[in-house]
Amino acid sequence: MAVDTLRRAQLPGVAGRALNAIGRSRELTLVAVMVVLGLLVTLGAPQFLSPSNLGQVTALAAVIAIAAVGEAIVVMTRNIDLSLESTMGLTAFLVGDILQHAYLPVPAAWLVGLGAGLALGMFNGAITTLFRIPSIVVTLGTLSIYRGLVFIIAGGKQINLVDLPSGYSNAATDTILGIPMFVLVAVVIVVVVALMLRTTRFGRQIYAVGSNAEAASILGIRSRWVVFWVFALAGLLAGIAGVMWGIYFGTIYATSGSGIVLQIVAAVVVGGVSISGGSGTVVGAALGALFLALINNALLLLVLPQEVLQAIYGAVILVAVSADALISRRQRRLAAQGARQ
Amino acid sequence: MTTSVAAAVPSGRFRMAAIARWETLLVLLLAGLVVEGTRVSPYFLTGQNFANLVSAVMEIAIIALPMTLIVITADIDLSVESMVGMAGAILGWLMVAGLPVPIGIPVVLLIGALGGLLNGVLVTRAGIPALVVTLGTLALFRGVANIVLGPTVISVWPDWFTEFGFGTIAGSPIPYTLVVFAVLGVIFWAVTHATWIGRQVFAIGKNKDAARYSGVRVQRIRTWLFVLCGLISALAGILLAARFSSARNDNGTGMTLTVVTVVVLGGVDINGGKGTIPGVILAAFTLAVLQNVLRLAGVSGEYQGIAVGLLLIVSVTVPYLARQSRVLIDRVRDGRRPPAGSAAPGEVVS
Repeated sequence: MAVDTLRRAQLPGVAGRALNAIGRSRELTLVAVMVVLGLLVTLGAPQFLSPSNLGQVTALAAVIAIAAVGEAIVVMTRNIDLSLESTMGLTAFLVGDILQHAYLPVPAAWLVGLGAGLALGMFNGAITTLFRIPSIVVTLGTLSIYRGLVFIIAGGKQINLVDLPSGYSNAATDTILGIPMFVLVAVVIVVVVALMLRTTRFGRQIYAVGSNAEAASILGIRSRWVVFWVFALAGLLAGIAGVMWGIYFGTIYATSGSGIVLQIVAAVVVGGVSISGGSGTVVGAALGALFLALINNALLLLVLPQEVLQAIYGAVILVAVSADALISRRQRRLAAQGARQ
Repeated sequence: MTTSVAAAVPSGRFRMAAIARWETLLVLLLAGLVVEGTRVSPYFLTGQNFANLVSAVMEIAIIALPMTLIVITADIDLSVESMVGMAGAILGWLMVAGLPVPIGIPVVLLIGALGGLLNGVLVTRAGIPALVVTLGTLALFRGVANIVLGPTVISVWPDWFTEFGFGTIAGSPIPYTLVVFAVLGVIFWAVTHATWIGRQVFAIGKNKDAARYSGVRVQRIRTWLFVLCGLISALAGILLAARFSSARNDNGTGMTLTVVTVVVLGGVDINGGKGTIPGVILAAFTLAVLQNVLRLAGVSGEYQGIAVGLLLIVSVTVPYLARQSRVLIDRVRDGRRPPAGSAAPGEVVS
């Protein structure tokens, strides 16, 4: 097996090199799989490529992708945030509630939503770092607490599109040069966070804390501050995702967003961010969200019964992470061989 | 040398004391809730209410037992709620297909064990973190439940089956499901705290490498724990279907979080290596009484999440604060300078 890989590494020609590059980068693998998948689905269901279908799919994928970017940086520090779906639900409902009573103009309401997301994220970060409680426990608690707050705000009611300012949901279908506005927002956010991770001190500290917190603190990195701000940032991004969720659906229930955290974490994992911290990219996480959304849509268009979707969804996650584990094991073995020679 | 020995003894004693204190704390909390319950409603202390409040959490309590062992080995199983749904769905489907329920039950238990085996093999052989594997099977098992049942609800069951689900032993307020839990609880208690199996489980959670070098078959035990968790989750799924006398594709949705909450509230360290079965059993009853008291006080189910979530966070914060203050006191007693900001009391004591 190892010999095989070595031989492929020496394959001459453009095709060989391209294949190698695709195999090495999780982002390129995902793009390649999505292109192949897209072609296959188009053969069976031509409407897959229609602008209205792609627009709809990518707009919702963009919302999940933004939350997945937040989750990704949390996971990079070797933590996890299970409460993001409740944060999204809370901001979506809060903004809707403010707008249906016309307490504030639309932009101000959005700002309140982002502020709420940031505050909820800071609360997670503060409890996690101040009391040194594992983040999985903290965010398990805040997952129910934040959802409970939504129920209190909702008081048994829901928000209907007709009660919101007219045309409120248009932004979800608006396009610029044919590209959905939501996708552009997601791209901007992904680029900004990716640049932050690559070029700023804070970005490098995130990876350092995740790969070895002790070594990081010996180097003088204040790990707990880094973790705190990462949670705050994830909350802010979930706030943005929540506002967009509200725009997308228009009708918002107290339970909106329940169960979405599964998709968010799955996107992060499929996107190649290691759950044990210290590696991965936000581009990968965003592509992971897009990949899962496309699979979902493809299965629907191929008129597979609705019931089969979730099983395939689970299987895809398992296959993706198993393949990842096997590849990285092989790479380690190769590296060990190389070191011996 | 002498100091290190001297330091080791009290720290060992201190740990035992801390565990004992944790369970005492739970007992006090439980007692407080019972007092509050009697104050809130005269109905609280009736046998009927006892049966209700207990059977409401029995499936969760039953799954919490194997989950405790999995968390002690520093793994986690998020797929239990989908296993609950899948077990009920398959049992109902088999019954409709003509297989009698008494034969269907062992079949479903076997499927539960196989599902657990899938989790275990992916975690130990492929080396994927348990969180990720069971996130995948969380979707997979739920998907199987969807495929098997679709939107159909199976609500016609044999009488003995539903009677077992929500009935009580004749002339007493003791639900049959409580008997199942009691039997399992005693077995888990004994195996965890009095046998080599339990000792090896703790050893794995404290330090996997050290455990392996001491001859513990780490991967095998971890795999078996996942099998056990799958099996018992399937059992809980059968009990849940019996209690609601219905099998639906969404049975058990959201249960995993409550199970993990019970385990953590029971004093089990989410990082592994520490925890007790009695603590988890107490935590299950605490949760049951808390939910019941809140309901009797007119707090609707939707708001109860806040109380449960707060309880979870407070329950892990308090030991930390206790530990910190303990460290502070010890330092002061040793005459060492306490950390900056709290300098004064040091001189007074020494």
